[in-house]
Amino acid sequence: MANTALADPDSGLTQAQLAARHGLRVAGERPPLAEYTRRLWSYRHFIAAYANAKLVASFSNAKLGQLWQVLTPLTNAAVYYLIFGIVLEQNRVPNFIAYLTTGLFIFNFTQTAVQNGTQSITNNLGLIRALHFPRACLPLAVVTTQLQQLMGAMVVLVGIVLVTGEPITWEWLLLVPTVLFQALFNAGLTMAVARMGAKVNDLKQIMPFVLRAWMYGSGVLYSVTLFEQSLPGWAARLVELNPALVYIELARVSLLESAPLLNSSPTQLWLVAAAWAVGMGIGGFLYFWRGEQEYGRG
Amino acid sequence: MVDQLENSNDVTVTLPRVQDRIPTVVADDAHVIYRVHKGAGATASPVAALKRIVSRTSAPQIREVHAVKGVSFTAYRGEAIGLIGSNGSGKSTLLRAIAGLLPVNRGAVYTQGQPSLLGVNAALLNDLSGERNVALGCLAMGMSPTEVERLTPEIIEFSGINQRGDFASLPMRTYSSGMSARLRFSIAAAKKHDVLLIDEALATGDKGFRKRSEQRVRELRENAGTVFLVSHQLSSVRDTCERTIWLESGTLRMDGPTAEVIRAYETYVNSK
Repeated sequence: MANTALADPDSGLTQAQLAARHGLRVAGERPPLAEYTRRLWSYRHFIAAYANAKLVASFSNAKLGQLWQVLTPLTNAAVYYLIFGIVLEQNRVPNFIAYLTTGLFIFNFTQTAVQNGTQSITNNLGLIRALHFPRACLPLAVVTTQLQQLMGAMVVLVGIVLVTGEPITWEWLLLVPTVLFQALFNAGLTMAVARMGAKVNDLKQIMPFVLRAWMYGSGVLYSVTLFEQSLPGWAARLVELNPALVYIELARVSLLESAPLLNSSPTQLWLVAAAWAVGMGIGGFLYFWRGEQEYGRG
Repeated sequence: MVDQLENSNDVTVTLPRVQDRIPTVVADDAHVIYRVHKGAGATASPVAALKRIVSRTSAPQIREVHAVKGVSFTAYRGEAIGLIGSNGSGKSTLLRAIAGLLPVNRGAVYTQGQPSLLGVNAALLNDLSGERNVALGCLAMGMSPTEVERLTPEIIEFSGINQRGDFASLPMRTYSSGMSARLRFSIAAAKKHDVLLIDEALATGDKGFRKRSEQRVRELRENAGTVFLVSHQLSSVRDTCERTIWLESGTLRMDGPTAEVIRAYETYVNSK
């Protein structure tokens, strides 16, 4: 230590040297990955509270309040059943209504998470510009909110499945890892689109079309066997790798007795599901972290 | 740092303790340029947008604003610094740069710990009750749930929103602007900050609340923090800050004891 200075040891230093001497850090610097992950973990209560607050706020003006958590998926299922079950008569799938609602609710989890995730940065600029917290909290809160919504939808789904005469089996438990894998996949994807949406506002306009195309490619509204019949072999193999389709198939396998499947081997289904979850989860997180210092800047 | 100096050499102990001046914010020739969207103007037709993409020119509705032009200063622990200047002189932008929320285009801003910006437009969720917003704000500042539970009644008490009946359990959209500004200030002031940046927050609220908040700012300073205060009310700067920085159109015009700077500023404003 230079203690020879008579009055002020800081005199004669440039501003940068002064800052370095006292261990100051550049404002708004991106923390290293391990530090960022640790900080994100310590904000888990914030993520949960924020997700819950969003959920409560979204129904706070409605007369029926939180009942909409269950009514929304129910109405949705009713509308699609009217069109695809009654008007278009998709009767080659056994127990079509349960088949349809399973696909619809599982896909809706990914769809809404991605849609809201695209705007999770731009819609919270006030919060971002006022407080410092790991920004990944915001897309993660979106996924948590949607996961809570899915729980509401699951209650409806189980009701529908039971009413339509499916038996309760041990296989139902497979729904838990399925939803966990899907949630991890959604978290990664939502973080990725959150960064893209923060950079390019136009993504908000494009997203509905992308998601609709994805929905048609995931066999939500019709029998997945249609892919095998009408697509060339390699394209059908490609569709088998579609993560949304994989999660939907897994949910159908666990709930329904005789649902038609595109993937014949359950091992392959689980492997693809796990690979997408881990790959997208880690990849999306890394991609989001790399943009951490850009969020909230005009 | 101080301990280290004292332990390493006993000669320093006899010297005046200048080393106690620990810098918390160092701005080194900081320039901030941000881009604003002008919104849909006369040129915002689809054809114009297409032409722009084809000719690869940047959108005309985006304009660059050079808000802070080379500001340098050093703030020390325990100081309260007022930032004054006319509208659009770059005060709020400078605060954002210190908070690390806006990037510095040239130069640098160094800080100790994480500065917290407390602005009147810090967004909370308007559909939720004041109580829930307090909890959410505290969690967002990194407090633990037990701490939040302990502090929530104190924060509500301090903000005084319950003076006219039980407002804490009502959604924030039912609050008057003064009430919600008071609540925001109370939330941010509940935590000990290394550097607290206050943007016009003291200007809102009634006289009683202003007294309480000035008292709170003094306490925060004593707890070894640094406080920056942006205000158009010279009286509140005079009451809370002993040092003042005067910004004018993005450049640092004067930096010194509050009384001197405010006198110069008032002469300048009156002569305009």
